Amino acid sequence: METGRAVRIKSKNRVVVPRPSRRRFYGHGIPRVDVEKLAGKLIVVEGADGSGRSTQIARLVEWLEGCGHATVQVGLKRSTLVSEELEQAQNGNILSRTTLSLFYATDFADQLENIILPALKAGFIVLADRYIYTLMARDMVRGMDEAWLKNIYGIAPVPDAVFYLNVSPEELVQRNFAKNAALDYWESGMDLGLSRDLFDSFVKYQTAVQKVFKRLQATYGFTIVNGNRSVEAVNQELKKKTSSVLAGR
Amino acid sequence: MLKTFAELKFPGRLIAVEGLDGSGKSTQIYLLKRWLQVQGLKVYFSEWNSSELVKAATSKGKKRELLTPTTFSLIHATDFADRYERHLAPLLRAGYLVLCDRYIFTAFARDVVRGCPHEWVRGIYDFAALPDLTFFFKADLEISLQRILDGRPQLKYFEAGLDLRLSTDPYESFRIFQGQILEQYLALSTEFNFLVVDANRLVEAQQSVVRELIAQRIDLAQFKRNESHGVAEPAIRNSLWKQAEPYE
Repeated sequence: METGRAVRIKSKNRVVVPRPSRRRFYGHGIPRVDVEKLAGKLIVVEGADGSGRSTQIARLVEWLEGCGHATVQVGLKRSTLVSEELEQAQNGNILSRTTLSLFYATDFADQLENIILPALKAGFIVLADRYIYTLMARDMVRGMDEAWLKNIYGIAPVPDAVFYLNVSPEELVQRNFAKNAALDYWESGMDLGLSRDLFDSFVKYQTAVQKVFKRLQATYGFTIVNGNRSVEAVNQELKKKTSSVLAGR
Repeated sequence: MLKTFAELKFPGRLIAVEGLDGSGKSTQIYLLKRWLQVQGLKVYFSEWNSSELVKAATSKGKKRELLTPTTFSLIHATDFADRYERHLAPLLRAGYLVLCDRYIFTAFARDVVRGCPHEWVRGIYDFAALPDLTFFFKADLEISLQRILDGRPQLKYFEAGLDLRLSTDPYESFRIFQGQILEQYLALSTEFNFLVVDANRLVEAQQSVVRELIAQRIDLAQFKRNESHGVAEPAIRNSLWKQAEPYE
């Protein structure tokens, strides 16, 4: 390796250096974190179970790393601090709503401080499989106060892009059955007592969540992606939009 | 929320005690509980950071020093919410006298000292009503420190506030940390009308003041237990003497 002289890079080897973004927090942020130093990019994929989030994220990671970008993935209920306990408590269905909500907030904050912020500082592209919007939407469907939630999640940095994979509840049912032959208790909102029938409850609950997402969209301005299409079609759109983000557009 | 349970028309009443580690407040609330039980009243006692559900996560976080000011604050709020929704609020609806060893003011003081924004912390606890009476056990900083440090040569990471990098010496760090918490308490005392008890006095002298103030402000006869309902816990427990410990 020569020193003191710049290496000439052929264009096919050139890795696009992302344009810096103007970073800010939604609210108070995190004590003693300098927002200016969060040089990486934060890309969020939102959507219900069966909307294709994990497939799309896996493909984005493939593609981004192929392009020379370092990536890291985060998601809900994956923190070292509380994920096990949260899972346990949820299985017993013994938490009341404020407790459950704060438990999830703790899980999010732990990953935020131990993964998201350090990774952004190190210039990584962080791919979040769901973010504060799902957490807020779930609670809002359960009647919790929006202002209370906004205050708590004021700790979150504003992402560079949020893609909401919008899939109709009927299509979601089909995809969930194709995958697991079952609907998840929580994803069906069974705790809400909308219907004793799991299928009915799932459709009603997902419809309600989508309504809240539309409302949140007005505030948070995320990109709604039509997720009823093929994996490939959705992926093309996400890649195109992600390229724009990296180019600072 | 900024309303007391009485203002919200709950039939029960909540009495909270606050103060620094080593101020003697746990002894005082224990004696208070005994006094109320002996009178045959419906009493429930709840301690800060005691929810079974959240305990495993909190102690893991503390042992591995995983907690940041934000997660520290949120995990204690989770613990509080669990106790609030599961025990405190329903019991107050059922007309109980609920005694709390530490309440939301502990978070207001400590989390802010740890660097969390004041409005953020207040906002989180907005779902909780205010106590009907809050006793603040005000001891000289040196006396509280001595009570803790006498019995416990080993201070743990978070209880000493070592995460705040106030000093590398745990004892010095603990002193500074407690001093800052005391300042917060004094401000809260005015804002929330704490009943201030001089915690430098003898146990009995303080207890007399507490009992007198409660008898003046709460019509205790309303809280009589229906004898046919039985007693939830044994009336006599030998748990009064305990070396003062810092809360985590």
